[in-house]
Amino acid sequence: MSTPLEHDYIGLSEVSPAMENSEKISSSSSTVSTELEDKNNVLNLKETELRLGLPGSESPERKSGSGLSLLGRGVEDKNSYSLGVLKTFVSGAKRGFSDAIDGSGKWVFSGNAGSEVDMSKGGVLFSPRGGNGGKSLSVLENTTQQPGPTAPVLKEVVPASPKPVQEKKPQISAANDHGMAPAAKAQVVGWPPIRSFRKNTMATSPAKTGDDAEGKSGSGCLYVKVSMDGAPYLRKVDLKIYSNYTELSTALEKMFSCFTIGQCASHGVPGRDGLSESRLMDLIHGSEYVLTYEDKDGDWMLVGDVPWEMFTGSCKRLRIMKGSDAIGLAPRAMEKCKNRN
Amino acid sequence: MASKRKRDSPEEKEKRVSPFPDEVLERVLGFVKSHKDRSSVSLVCKDWYSAERWSRTHVFIGNCYSVSPEILVGRFPNIRSVTLKGKPRFSDFNLVPSNWGADIQSWLDVFVSAYPHLEELRLKRMTVTDESLDFLAHSFPNFKALSLVSCDGFSTDGLATIAAYCKNLTELDILENGIEDLGGGWLSCFPENFTSLEILNFANLNSEVSFDSLERLVARCKSLKVLKANKNVTLEQLQRLLSRAPQLMELGTGSFSQDFSFLQYEELKKAFNNCRNLHTLSGLWEATSLYLPALYPACANLTFLNLSYAALQSAELAKLLPNCPLLQRLWVLDTVEDKGLEAVGSSCPLLEELRVFPAEPVVGGGGGVTESGLVAVSRGCHKLHYTLYFCRQMTNAAVATVVQNCPDFTHFRLCIMNPCQPDYLTNESMDEAFGSVVKTCTKLQRLAVSGLLTDLTFEYIGRYAKNLETLSVAFAGSSDRGMQCVLEGCPKLRKLEIRDSPFGNAALLSGLERYESMRSLWMSACNVTMNGCRLLAREMPRLNVEVIKEDESDDTQAEKVYVYRSVAGPRRDAPPFVLTL
Repeated sequence: MSTPLEHDYIGLSEVSPAMENSEKISSSSSTVSTELEDKNNVLNLKETELRLGLPGSESPERKSGSGLSLLGRGVEDKNSYSLGVLKTFVSGAKRGFSDAIDGSGKWVFSGNAGSEVDMSKGGVLFSPRGGNGGKSLSVLENTTQQPGPTAPVLKEVVPASPKPVQEKKPQISAANDHGMAPAAKAQVVGWPPIRSFRKNTMATSPAKTGDDAEGKSGSGCLYVKVSMDGAPYLRKVDLKIYSNYTELSTALEKMFSCFTIGQCASHGVPGRDGLSESRLMDLIHGSEYVLTYEDKDGDWMLVGDVPWEMFTGSCKRLRIMKGSDAIGLAPRAMEKCKNRN
Repeated sequence: MASKRKRDSPEEKEKRVSPFPDEVLERVLGFVKSHKDRSSVSLVCKDWYSAERWSRTHVFIGNCYSVSPEILVGRFPNIRSVTLKGKPRFSDFNLVPSNWGADIQSWLDVFVSAYPHLEELRLKRMTVTDESLDFLAHSFPNFKALSLVSCDGFSTDGLATIAAYCKNLTELDILENGIEDLGGGWLSCFPENFTSLEILNFANLNSEVSFDSLERLVARCKSLKVLKANKNVTLEQLQRLLSRAPQLMELGTGSFSQDFSFLQYEELKKAFNNCRNLHTLSGLWEATSLYLPALYPACANLTFLNLSYAALQSAELAKLLPNCPLLQRLWVLDTVEDKGLEAVGSSCPLLEELRVFPAEPVVGGGGGVTESGLVAVSRGCHKLHYTLYFCRQMTNAAVATVVQNCPDFTHFRLCIMNPCQPDYLTNESMDEAFGSVVKTCTKLQRLAVSGLLTDLTFEYIGRYAKNLETLSVAFAGSSDRGMQCVLEGCPKLRKLEIRDSPFGNAALLSGLERYESMRSLWMSACNVTMNGCRLLAREMPRLNVEVIKEDESDDTQAEKVYVYRSVAGPRRDAPPFVLTL
């Protein structure tokens, strides 16, 4: 079944990890579909079209572009996405992964294994079956049986496949088509075997790239004003020192935490077991505040829709808006929150 | 104050074997510290068993469900220090659902009457609630040392009660836990007259603590030896802490980042210069080449450098290492790349342990280290015996070279991050790589395999790895035979953990005789069925055979199986998704 694509206000949970990874993997910040490769500018526009829909949806025009995460051959026909619960076998070994490593099927790319946001939301989101991590996943359809490949997948040396971890959103799809293969492998629960704590920490403070080797001198800086509704004064941040939305979000959280502590207590954000997450992060990702920016044309936009590079290029100022003011701007944010809570 | 034991009756005295009184024996045995030795001692004869149990003050329990608190306190009346490990290791990687168990409270309930003078509690992969911490803080007046590694279930509020009420606390070590971070106020709960702290590790807590409280705490705890601060501590704050505690032996710097003036930098350098006792350094979350040189003066005696949260580049590492000539253990991120590892090989001749963590722990992706890095290290560091190496490509030849250069490996944990990846040069399986490891490294105790592997790897392991105690397997093997080889061939095997490999009931049941001499077996996403598990459970009543069932869809497959020996019988606190067969 087809469910529409959902973007939350900051797009972190679906788009930005993809963005992140795409940045890490390729210089192109858009998707890596072959057909779009030659139309760079057009591609970007397509990329930035606002799409609405719930998680798990397949957006037809985007079939080969950013949009879908398809899980091995089998799932395509089902037209839904697996949350990583690749239901396994009747006869033993899991299929999806072995299919995937055939190299011929479509690869799934689901963002960082345990994308920052999902991981940092605590607990066992990483494993769809893993206990209580399912809050946000429960919105989505997660009982899909793996169709198709009950097959004889066991080639001589191919062992059982892992369960690819999905965060809920469609991501960049088969990058395989043009030599981006290593980038788009199926993410697997609990693999590589790194403790959650470390994974989260690395996710929120990603490794510096080579250009940082000389220290923090950037090639320039891009200071923009940041205002927060209700705060007595504004701040300025240098967008150039962040490389993705998560970093920006964390930095803003730190900056403005003093203004929201009062709300933290009364908000009653449900405690999450497992991994830690500051209350403010919950707030910002929750329904209280929405992060918006003013772009070159003077329009107020939702942060998170466009690739990071494009965002830094067009952002003139930031505003942390109260959720109530953001009606119309981020309709999904409310819904998302309800689902999450 | 040890509980006194009853005097032997005169008859028993005549029959005894040892020529000296029990008290002397106990005293002598008090010097025997190692658990293995103590176990051996207890098996000699009844007297020695008796003396051993009365004199033991520290107990280590590798699987909290292998024994019950009642049995423990029944055998050992004078315990002061308890180390407990709970969940299976794969719970670190989210393979075990939360609420699985391993809750400390049931132990504390028994300890409160049996060990009222309990001093130390070291827990790994246990569930600890704030209520338990509160209970601990209020019920054990002599409590001194709390170490929580990879635990979950508590928040910073629990830490606050520990800080506030444990008057004799010497150690608070909070490492990589699933903790609910409600703020940094807990640190301010140490009373103003509290001065006994020797070890404080809060590096993995995210909230900022009050620096003022921290500084005063450090200043008044004159015996402080270990301080590992979290990343909110800036360079300037670090400098102030160091000047208060130049006697530190282990330091976890904060972020190591700030906009520093030249003068401040000099102050920092001076502070480090005064730290002559530093043998362990960690933290450096955001260290840049700009400020790293400030710590060079303190590195002369460093034996353990943990850079696993510092994304250093090869050049930065290459400049840092020559200042650490005595380095024995090094943990780095793979941002240092092969070039950085070459620097390790040339600058650290005494290196014994190398761990290389991935900065981007995802399947796919690029960058990081390759086989050349490990080879380079092995060329320069002949004492290397422990490695944990995450990489994206590897060859059989490289591994063979590495073990040729360093035949004394005791722990060889290789993680090729793309599952089932073959030797990238020859496209063959990685069987020969691990074959060379087990053939050459006769002292091997711990092995983790990865890459494309057939049963041949396991045949090699079974044939050669005679000292192997722990084996971790993922996405490997071709048939039951693989696992059978290991179970038949490795006499010292204690822990076997397997995921996503094609081993089924035949393999599981081939180990029937083995499992009682092992601590535990974990198999997930393999081909084991419920019937196989039931059969095992029936044949071996002294084993706990547990299946974790998370969804209802397939009743015949045993998705996650955990088998362990126990003298406590089946778990009484198992959640509904854990089926004990």
